[in-house]
Amino acid sequence: MKKVEAIIRDEKLSAAKEALKTLGVAGMTVTEVKGHGIQKGITEVYRGRQYAVDLLPKIKVEVIVDDKDVKKVTDAICEVSRTGSIGDGKIFVSNIEDVIRIRTGETGEKAV
Amino acid sequence: MKKIGYLTILIFVFMLIKSSMVWAGDGVLDKGDNAWILASAALVLLMTPGLCLFYGGLCSVRNIVNMLMMCFMCISIVSVQWILFGYSLSFSDGNWFFGDLSKIGLMGITPDSLSGSISEYTFMIFQCMFAVITAALVLGAVEGRMKFSAVLLFVPLFATFVYDPICHWQWCETGWMYKWGVLDFAGGLVVHVCCGAGALTLAIMLGSRKRQNITPPCNLPMVCLGTGLLWFGWFGFNGGSALAADGRAAFAFAITNTAAATAAFVWIVCEWIGTGKPTFLGALTGAIAGLATITPASGFVGPLGAIQIGIMAGVGCYFAVTKLKPLFGFDDALDVVGVHAIGGTIGTFAAGLYCTKMVMGPDGVDGLFIGWGAEGLEQLGKQCVGILATWAFTVAVCIIIALIVKYTVGLRTTEAEEDKGLDITQHGEIAYHLELEATSTLRR
Repeated sequence: MKKVEAIIRDEKLSAAKEALKTLGVAGMTVTEVKGHGIQKGITEVYRGRQYAVDLLPKIKVEVIVDDKDVKKVTDAICEVSRTGSIGDGKIFVSNIEDVIRIRTGETGEKAV
Repeated sequence: MKKIGYLTILIFVFMLIKSSMVWAGDGVLDKGDNAWILASAALVLLMTPGLCLFYGGLCSVRNIVNMLMMCFMCISIVSVQWILFGYSLSFSDGNWFFGDLSKIGLMGITPDSLSGSISEYTFMIFQCMFAVITAALVLGAVEGRMKFSAVLLFVPLFATFVYDPICHWQWCETGWMYKWGVLDFAGGLVVHVCCGAGALTLAIMLGSRKRQNITPPCNLPMVCLGTGLLWFGWFGFNGGSALAADGRAAFAFAITNTAAATAAFVWIVCEWIGTGKPTFLGALTGAIAGLATITPASGFVGPLGAIQIGIMAGVGCYFAVTKLKPLFGFDDALDVVGVHAIGGTIGTFAAGLYCTKMVMGPDGVDGLFIGWGAEGLEQLGKQCVGILATWAFTVAVCIIIALIVKYTVGLRTTEAEEDKGLDITQHGEIAYHLELEATSTLRR
């Protein structure tokens, strides 16, 4: 099992959600996060004062998938989240040791 | 450009000459009347920032600043338009359809000029606030998809070619609806049908928002504050429309409160029956529906008539918002049509049913449900013609204005801008910075 952790633009969440649903991904965790990468942020102006917004709001989507599905899932997220401009986000893939469903105590792939 | 410059200078010269002449009216200024209408004008002004909060709280959190800004800028744009030529087009004699330009730049109006028993300046600024809020009300329909530049072009065109003529028809002594005897005390047709029909046209011309961009209201307490300010201001709106500090003003004041209170309750009853739960937003919307509906009738009907009109408002507007809108499928984001256009229509119609000589005096009319006579039936006919004329005229002219805006600055924002929200894309600012982490710092 792998964890796919995608940090995307917040306005792309609904599209990503739809794409994952059509791939049959069982569940997901969504977090509002703040951060920056290579992109250095934008400027907002209030009463003539400029504020450099250096930590931008993004959305983090975490899903747990079978090893064979990783490519499909990451491709789908890339496709819907890409605008071509700086700030489209990143995807991190990592290994998952085990999964436990709290209600029943099931472990492993059955619990995903 | 040079020509416009000369014209401006010429206008100022005329203003100087004219303002040295004293235009005495026949009456004398009544200090009590004048004071109350000035206070009412301030109350009606407060309704527009109140409307900002009411609409803002109903928006998606991505579009809230844009909504506040659009409504707020109406105060700025329409106030100046009103002084320059709006007042003249609405309230100078002209013909049955439109005023003339004899009062542009408030030419000829001095501190001594009278309008009835109040200063003409008092009358002018009181009426100005009505023009302001009518334009602002329209913009509830366009949440999240209208270019800000398009709004800035739409608002003065709407005020000039839609509001000013209808205002002239109904409230100027030479207007055809005034002369013919259509009853509209404080703006059921002039304000509410006008803004609602304009909103319907704009909503259809703009097209719908994407499904994903339609979110639940972002801030109900803010909607509550907005409703409170609107209700408060409405006492000036209806109570001031008697244009005197007399018993009829007090009557309209009390009637307004009664209808709003009734409609808020009736709305949640409808909701309870219809969907199983009474909601706070329902109560607030019901109150506004009641206020909009009683507006045309407030100086003509008795207290029990007001309760019946409140019930009609609650049921009728609830039905319009929850059933009619989905049926036709237009994306009137904040229900300007369901609440204001339908409310104004019901209220103007009901004024013909419940108007009474008890309130209107011996020159008045007993409505159909009061006198059960031919007089009442005739009045109801006049009300219907007034309603149809206002709807048809507003829709027709708004289509033309929307087309002009579409082919000059463009009406609608891009899909990418709508996804990101209009706050950041149109204004570069967002409504709330509540995060604890320092995400932004002052640039040197």
